[in-house]
Amino acid sequence: MNGDLHREHATILRAAIGIGVYAAAFGMSFGAVSVGSGLSVAQTMVLSLVLFSGASQFAFVGVATAAGSPFAAIPAALLLGVRNAFYGVPLSEILHPRGLSRLWTAHFVIDETTAMAVSQETPRARRYAFWATGLILFALWQLGSLAGALLGTAIDPADFGLDAAAPAVFLALLWPALARPAARWVALAGAGLALALVPFVPAGVPVIAAAAVAVLAGLKTGSAAGPTDLAEETR
Amino acid sequence: MTALWIALIISAVGSYLLKLAGISLPASVLNHPRVQRIATFLPVAMLAALVATQLFDSGGRYAVDWRTLAGVGAAVIALLLKRGFLVVFGVAVVVTAVLRLITG
Repeated sequence: MNGDLHREHATILRAAIGIGVYAAAFGMSFGAVSVGSGLSVAQTMVLSLVLFSGASQFAFVGVATAAGSPFAAIPAALLLGVRNAFYGVPLSEILHPRGLSRLWTAHFVIDETTAMAVSQETPRARRYAFWATGLILFALWQLGSLAGALLGTAIDPADFGLDAAAPAVFLALLWPALARPAARWVALAGAGLALALVPFVPAGVPVIAAAAVAVLAGLKTGSAAGPTDLAEETR
Repeated sequence: MTALWIALIISAVGSYLLKLAGISLPASVLNHPRVQRIATFLPVAMLAALVATQLFDSGGRYAVDWRTLAGVGAAVIALLLKRGFLVVFGVAVVVTAVLRLITG
């Protein structure tokens, strides 16, 4: 029994370290893009430490630095973060957070920890997977962000093609979800609506307007998706 | 404190509160199929919109830097070939950087 537990933990830990390495690279690209767009190293690190959700962080930087007012970035970052609230449904059943422990558990509720936790077989393994993935990913995400931000201050991001990094990262995050035909239409309509609005509204608004497509599609289509699918698709 | 700092802190704290709400609210509040579908589609629509605007929106008018476009096109090919995040990211950045170097 003890040996089984050991093996189970080792397997989870290996997967968590793999995700951590990916997070370090992802964090590095975020740090470099963020500083390259005009945020300071301190601002970049507050995003990584406190906001701690990759897609929202990239969206914040992209919209805040392109828009006339940085406040346009708030709805963009928060609407992208709405999915994290839904991860609470399966995670509450796994972790049973009570009282104060909710406060620190909540910080680690993201795509990767949810996907790792729900894919384990026993309650104990699920809890272990959540915390192992959360803590390793958090540490490496910070290290990556800091390294990228410091690197970004030393170079001209355009010379190194970093202006292509953010759209490429968004595509990579979007890609798995596009396996579902309904999602393909939503992506196409979201991009189309945003582009159509570009000449008429302030920067940042086209991206927020795309959220309306998601709401309409969600009200109309019949194929149900649980929060678990959500984690699988957006990671 | 600058507007950027204020927007940044509101976004960061708001994002944390969304996570906290998720593990604090009773499951019945979030467990509606419709609400869940909307939550699934939100990142899809918004990430697609971000890709589109970052490529074709230059401060409220349409413009495209073909070298960035080529880099992201190369990233799409990497995705079609089922490459991981690192390769996709690397391909986009390197193709754009090399094209910019060549064309000055």
